[in-house]
Amino acid sequence: MQVPILKQGAYLIATVQSALTDEDLKQLRDTLVLQVSKVRARGVIVDVTALDVIDSFATRTLRDVAYMIRLRGAETVIVGIQPEVAFSMVKLGLTLEGVATSLDLEEGLAYLDRKAKAHEREVRAHR
Amino acid sequence: MSGSQDVATVTQARLETTASRLRELVAHLRHQRAQLREEWARLITEAKLLTAMTKEEIFAEATSVYDNYVEALETGTYEALQAYARNLSERIIPRGVETHEVVGIVLLLRDVLARSLFATYHEDFNKLNRILDAYEPAANRIAATVAVGFVQERERIIREQQEAIRELSTPVLQVRERLLILPIIGVIDPQRARQLTEQLLRGIRTNRAKVVVLDITGVPYIDSPVANHLVQTVEAARLLGATVIVTGLSPEIAQTLVNIGVDLGKMNTVGDLQGGIEEAERLLGYKVVLMQESVAQSA
Amino acid sequence: MRVPIDCDSDVVAARQKGRELASQCGFPSTDMAVVATAISELARNIVRYAVRGEIILRLVQNNGKRGIEVVAADDGPGIPDVGLAMQDGYSTSGGLGLGLPGTRRLMDDFEITSDFGKGTKVTVRRWRR
Ligand SMILES: Nc1ncnc2c1ncn2[C@@H]1O[C@H](COP(=O)(O)OP(=O)(O)OP(=O)(O)O)[C@@H](O)[C@H]1O
Ligand SMILES: [Mg+2]
Repeated sequence: MQVPILKQGAYLIATVQSALTDEDLKQLRDTLVLQVSKVRARGVIVDVTALDVIDSFATRTLRDVAYMIRLRGAETVIVGIQPEVAFSMVKLGLTLEGVATSLDLEEGLAYLDRKAKAHEREVRAHR
Repeated sequence: MSGSQDVATVTQARLETTASRLRELVAHLRHQRAQLREEWARLITEAKLLTAMTKEEIFAEATSVYDNYVEALETGTYEALQAYARNLSERIIPRGVETHEVVGIVLLLRDVLARSLFATYHEDFNKLNRILDAYEPAANRIAATVAVGFVQERERIIREQQEAIRELSTPVLQVRERLLILPIIGVIDPQRARQLTEQLLRGIRTNRAKVVVLDITGVPYIDSPVANHLVQTVEAARLLGATVIVTGLSPEIAQTLVNIGVDLGKMNTVGDLQGGIEEAERLLGYKVVLMQESVAQSA
Repeated sequence: MRVPIDCDSDVVAARQKGRELASQCGFPSTDMAVVATAISELARNIVRYAVRGEIILRLVQNNGKRGIEVVAADDGPGIPDVGLAMQDGYSTSGGLGLGLPGTRRLMDDFEITSDFGKGTKVTVRRWRR
């Protein structure tokens, strides 16, 4: 199952369409990391609204995506985690610590914009 | 071989006579309908059953039950009676009719009918016995059908009410765009904790909330499983993209949280509800202007 | 219902079957997600550590309570120290080590038997409230 990745301005948006196998998840991770460098994206949104299960492997992969992308100087935000899914994740012990989360695509974009503005201010202050 | 055939024939014969006796019985009850129904309604009032209902209402229901009763005897099927019992229960339960009253009226009807059978057949004792043999199991089954229908309906209503009360006990208030407040009052048992989590998480999605103030000023204490559950709810809310601010944490509850290993420094806690709302508004990007200041400025 | 497990996509198939069964049994959506997540963890452990095995899904009843039972069984290498494997964060594959202990937290009943060299069987149940 391929996850379509769209470029919108300085951001990449990956929208998961249906359940993903571990192989699919790894492929998503690798493609995103590659693409971020290639198009010099400033932010990545992974929309997981369609996922009805986010288990330990999926969480670890999403976390890895966020960490690897941060190393490339960009921000990642996971959007659309469903209430039931969030509850199961937390019971399992998965908290996605250190990874930004937003309600939906719109909120995710707003989050990345805020981050970008804060970053600009910082850069200016250091000059 | 022939022996088992005999048994079959005898059973067959017995079934036929039972059926014919029931037919005779049904004819009798139809014939006496007006009188028996009247007597039954009178006995109900005398026994002080269904006191929540007027005489006319009792008579109307008695008529329906009577007809359904006779029909069940005739057809041997109980679905119609069952459906009627449910419907009747649905109507009378909200008026405070109790289980013993419903069982009472069905038993009264059984007696009224049995007495009428005695009166009609008392001269032919054998026939009376055979008719009663056919009547009794059917009558018992009818009584059970009605009573069970009532009890089931009652349980369903009670379940619904409990559900409604539980939902009321954790109101989700939207005070302004993107901000929810959940004031919790009273003890949180595991069931309520589960409900709270569901309402909070669903509320975040449906209201597109960014900040939730969970006010537990009104919660006297929590045990560690519930404390754990609360912490997990806060974490789950973050996964949805919302921040939970906990207000009104008593020293006892704070201690419980520390005991289960919660890092209070990592949790967003604010002393009281007012402070919590101010913190929420700050997170949402609203400027909080103190009343005095704005008055002073405009002056 | 038996679901053979020997590759990645079987893990997805098994949790979808579990979700369907939970829905037929009248479980609320929260529990459907819980059951599906538990199945996902157990099925993945089979693929990763035992190569192949199966997931058995059943509706169960106890004192009028209805529930769903998931059995994950394999003839793989087994777990040398079950107590250790049940600890949060213990993993021999660089995973988060949350699959088994997390599944225990998700479900109401949890039983595990593992014979070193012979295989592993995990039985979990979730009851309807
Ligand atoms: N079916 C199995 N057969 C053999 N060993 C197993 C099996 N299931 C689990 N184990 C062992 O138990 C350890 C703990 O399993 P657990 O599922 O808790 O964590 P994990 O699989 O390592 O990581 P995670 O599930 O968080 O991605 C595994 O690392 C593995 O060594
Ligand atoms: Mg695992």
